[in-house]
Amino acid sequence: MSATLYGLVSAALIGLGLYGLISNPQPLRKLLAFNLVGNGVFLLFGVIARRGAAAGFAGDPIPQALVITGIVVAFSASALAVALLKRLFQEAGSTSLRSDPPPRADEPT
Amino acid sequence: MNELALAFDVGLAATAVALAWFSVVARSTFAAIVAFVAYGLLLSLVWMRLSAPDVALTEAAIGSGLTGVLLLSVGAQLRPGEAALDLERPGAILRSVAALACCAVAALLALWVWGGVTGPAPTLAPQALAELERTGVENPITAVLMAYRATDTMLEKIVLLLATIGVWSLTPDLKWGGRSGPRQTVDPDGVLVFLARALPPVGVVIGVYILWVSSEKPGGAFQGGTILAAMWLLVMLAGLMDAPGTRRRRVTLALLAGPIVFVAVGFAGCFIADAFLAYPVDYAKALILLIEFPMLLSIAVMLGLLVLGTPQRSAPR
Repeated sequence: MSATLYGLVSAALIGLGLYGLISNPQPLRKLLAFNLVGNGVFLLFGVIARRGAAAGFAGDPIPQALVITGIVVAFSASALAVALLKRLFQEAGSTSLRSDPPPRADEPT
Repeated sequence: MNELALAFDVGLAATAVALAWFSVVARSTFAAIVAFVAYGLLLSLVWMRLSAPDVALTEAAIGSGLTGVLLLSVGAQLRPGEAALDLERPGAILRSVAALACCAVAALLALWVWGGVTGPAPTLAPQALAELERTGVENPITAVLMAYRATDTMLEKIVLLLATIGVWSLTPDLKWGGRSGPRQTVDPDGVLVFLARALPPVGVVIGVYILWVSSEKPGGAFQGGTILAAMWLLVMLAGLMDAPGTRRRRVTLALLAGPIVFVAVGFAGCFIADAFLAYPVDYAKALILLIEFPMLLSIAVMLGLLVLGTPQRSAPR
């Protein structure tokens, strides 16, 4: 029962994350939303692991271990994205993703 | 008892989704990140409810803790450009269409979870149990990570290493060999300095213990490594120690120790056992520990460096 409930949570997280990814113009917020989608996918995997409880284990250990690997890889990707954002901000004075970015705030136009 | 558990589950699920929703729609990035950290901690409770304590530890340490620190630090730096970006928000029509599409995706998934799957779920748990004795460890998750699917874990080390190289490669030429972030200056009598002196001895013991215990109970090199990384970051945040420069030989050694030992043991498996990353039954646990301890060091250093980010101060001449 609780596994089904958390399966619904994972569906909600994926939906919310997708919406944030599309609707928010700030790359940092897109990254946050992308992490929500990732969490939702991991959680769905966790629900599948819980349903696969057998042989005296409370959950299938293989998907659980894969989720641990996934969380670490997701963190590395986020760290790289953050470093790219910081550098973009240093170079361009804005993290806008538009092809015609607005003029820098500290530069007379 | 059952009603109580159900009420807890419903409350937990509702709060987690509400916080996730807030972190998407909040105007202020700072508020969104704080909500995300709180949501991450609730998510680790969800993992406990799904009987996955190993994942819960990882989510609390890496998914919520380290990601939170990372996002908070960059959020503060990017704040000056926030207002201008807000003007690029898509119009109401586009947002409504996006909301509808995302609701449809979520609804499809929810339908599948609710009624789409029937009958016994596929599981590899019996196979995992059958071979468990030959790996020398008792925690099935550790057996999967370090024995059955050790290739995944090895490649994930490489991914962490590549991410660190990627972060460093964004360094401007002049700053190469320099240190990350500003040198912290804090009140030497403040509570932060006190914590940075009092916590690390305890934290280091806990971090190593979490790795050591992982052969029998929930724990592992990532969870332990994250705690070590957190202690290191705390000491640097309190200004008791400066961030390392990229050219330091010791840093390079600490970064490479884990992956190199892992790959070396992997190739040794071709000779002492019958395949890459295979362990002879008698030495399986010893070899797993031989891989895990250098890995703990490398993970701690890599996670710490990833949070510190690109070097920003010029190298000392």
